[in-house]
Amino acid sequence: MEHHNLEKIFQDKIDQEIKIEPRDWMPDAYRKTNLRQISQHAHSEIVGMLPEGNWISRAPSLKRKAILLAKVQDEAGHGLYLYAAAETLGQSREQMIEDLHSGRAKYSSIFNYPTLTWADMGAIGWLVDGAAIMNQVMLTRTSYGPYARAMVRICKEESFHQRQGFEVLLVLSKGSDAQKAMCQDAINRWWWPALMMFGPRDGESTNSDMSMKWKIKRKSNDELRQQFVDMIAEQVKLLNMTLPDEKLRWNESKKHYDFGEINWDEFWQVVKGNGPCNKERLAARKKAWEEGRWVREAASAYAAKQKQKQQAA
Amino acid sequence: MTNASLIDFTLYLADSTLVLGQRNGDWCGHGPVLEQDIAITNVTLDLIGQSRSFYQYAAKLIGNGCTEDQLAYWRNEREFKNALLCERPNGDWAQTILRQTFFSFYQRELFTQLLHGADTTLSAIAEKSLKEVRYHCRWSSEWVCRLGDGTQESHERMLAAVENLWPYVGELFEPAPYEKALQIDTDAIKINWMDAISALFAEATLPPASLTTTFMQTGGKNGQHTEALGYLLAELQYVQRSYPGCEW
Repeated sequence: MEHHNLEKIFQDKIDQEIKIEPRDWMPDAYRKTNLRQISQHAHSEIVGMLPEGNWISRAPSLKRKAILLAKVQDEAGHGLYLYAAAETLGQSREQMIEDLHSGRAKYSSIFNYPTLTWADMGAIGWLVDGAAIMNQVMLTRTSYGPYARAMVRICKEESFHQRQGFEVLLVLSKGSDAQKAMCQDAINRWWWPALMMFGPRDGESTNSDMSMKWKIKRKSNDELRQQFVDMIAEQVKLLNMTLPDEKLRWNESKKHYDFGEINWDEFWQVVKGNGPCNKERLAARKKAWEEGRWVREAASAYAAKQKQKQQAA
Repeated sequence: MTNASLIDFTLYLADSTLVLGQRNGDWCGHGPVLEQDIAITNVTLDLIGQSRSFYQYAAKLIGNGCTEDQLAYWRNEREFKNALLCERPNGDWAQTILRQTFFSFYQRELFTQLLHGADTTLSAIAEKSLKEVRYHCRWSSEWVCRLGDGTQESHERMLAAVENLWPYVGELFEPAPYEKALQIDTDAIKINWMDAISALFAEATLPPASLTTTFMQTGGKNGQHTEALGYLLAELQYVQRSYPGCEW
């Protein structure tokens, strides 16, 4: 079949809301964009285990320790689904991991910020998972079938995480003065990085136009960011805390909250690798992978021996 | 059977599972491969869950509004009764796996005894935990085989792990006063445990080990630990102790 025909069939499917499946013909750029985005998403889940993992040993109660462990473990599970979804586009998990370690592949910049107090476990759940959900709910309807289906499973767990995070902060907000101060401090530190999670302003986002046409994305960065601000500006009242933005106020004519300007210089610096924890996060992932090499080799050697024995028997 | 012995024994079970869970928890996010990161965190979650059941029971026996967190976060290194094996550092994957195998095999024997014991609460916790422990035994012993009979490097690392951890297994079978009071048959546990470990070592192409030729370290069950425990507790307890009397 001629190329422009294939492309027309492909775009017709997209327009009719029919999911694209791994064996379907797809434009190279569609495959590449999905692969880049899904693998980046998978890496974000895995690198994202590190800042929260930082508090497992120090969780302030046994119940919180168990909840945090389960949460970080969920992220590992999300990473697995997503690597599997990305593999359907023709790249192995090992290759994706190597791309992460070499810096060719990215992960969400939010995980380059440090977790300094216990309250950060609440702020991450509420703000970071909250921001991620905005994007992920949209992605449950993304055009690539395996990605959309992975997202449905992930979203269920993520909304649970967000409630847990809010609950951590709620307890702190009703606690001692020191706990309240810890709670406000965490919100102050995570608010702006959470807003940055939606990416550059619409005019400056390079990958957006085709992604919208192909229904990989269905809402623009700024639309999602606004939706998030509107939600959090209400929820923060329940905590009796404030968001660190003097320009934040309800705009009756727009029916949205106005908010201040993101520090875009900081945004691009962290993307380029100059955030507070970029080096540590990548180093931790590389270390786990390198130190695990002999384990993985032993497992394959053992499996091969077992197979040989079975064949001999 | 005195109440004090029952409390001490319950704390021994609680402290051992908490301390091992605390150690394993450090692997979360750092495992050798994603599937195993998830698997060891499952084991960790089970251990923390078991420790909570034991602490909650101990707290009930102690009374006066005592809670699981008071017992976990406000007792010092000389009060903790965990087996020394549980506090040994993670080392590499071979050490972590072998430590888990030794402990899970021990738990399987001990909890099977508790099923038929006089204390109905401990029986109930043991029954629930045994389902988890059987899985831990299977998962960790599969890894002992993979590493023991994998590559030359993994085999050598397993040998090093055995050498490092073997001096800490003897304590499991030395009855503390509270175990004697509760008539725990540590000899029977020892025989079954040694049989199972010997079979596993043979399958994993590891040389046979003997309980009689190694000088065994003891003391954990009675609150005398290795230097490693103080640091573990300092980290585990620091938030609670920095902000006393708070809800979390």
